[in-house]
Amino acid sequence: MHDYVPGKADWFASGLPKEGRLASVPTIGDSARRDVPTCAPAEKVENAWDCVRTAGWDACVVVNKEWVVPGLLREKEISTDPVATVERVMRSGPTTFRPDVPVGKMAKRMRERGAHTVLVTTSDGRLVGLLYRDDAECLAGERS
Amino acid sequence: MPTEIFRDEVRALLEEGAQLVDVLPREEYEDEHLPKAINITLKELDRERTANLKRDAPVIVYCHDYQ
Repeated sequence: MHDYVPGKADWFASGLPKEGRLASVPTIGDSARRDVPTCAPAEKVENAWDCVRTAGWDACVVVNKEWVVPGLLREKEISTDPVATVERVMRSGPTTFRPDVPVGKMAKRMRERGAHTVLVTTSDGRLVGLLYRDDAECLAGERS
Repeated sequence: MPTEIFRDEVRALLEEGAQLVDVLPREEYEDEHLPKAINITLKELDRERTANLKRDAPVIVYCHDYQ
């Protein structure tokens, strides 16, 4: 007999599959963009940002070797010092949310706080993706 | 005494055919549970209710979180 001590809260917060009558409620894990560009903390900002801009994104998630997120890089951080390393200028310790948060609830929260994006990570800090408010509102049925 | 395990171990055991038992109240189980888990609430967890579990496959029990 084994006891999965962290329980179903841990399982769902990792974005793993579930069953049940609420299992089909859309979550932010369903809507987060998983192809968001990433860069390493030791990279030069200008190199990282070139790739981001070429790919048409406006943000880059900083990840370490374990895919844990120490920070976020956006245009406003780039302008401070383009030749610095990413870890020097990144926004450290950004707020993150677990993938099992209902997308309707998050769309409302983002609207109220004027947030354009939020980071979605597992309970152990690994990147799931970047959620855009537009995507969240679409999935929540609040816009087409 | 049950052995404490974590997510990666759960996944590995499930690949080996482990059985999942959700011990939460029926309503919570019906709302959301891990795939293929069966529900035997803590109050019901006795010899009779567990008689249908396979004896030759690991059994993993879980509740909501660290409780």
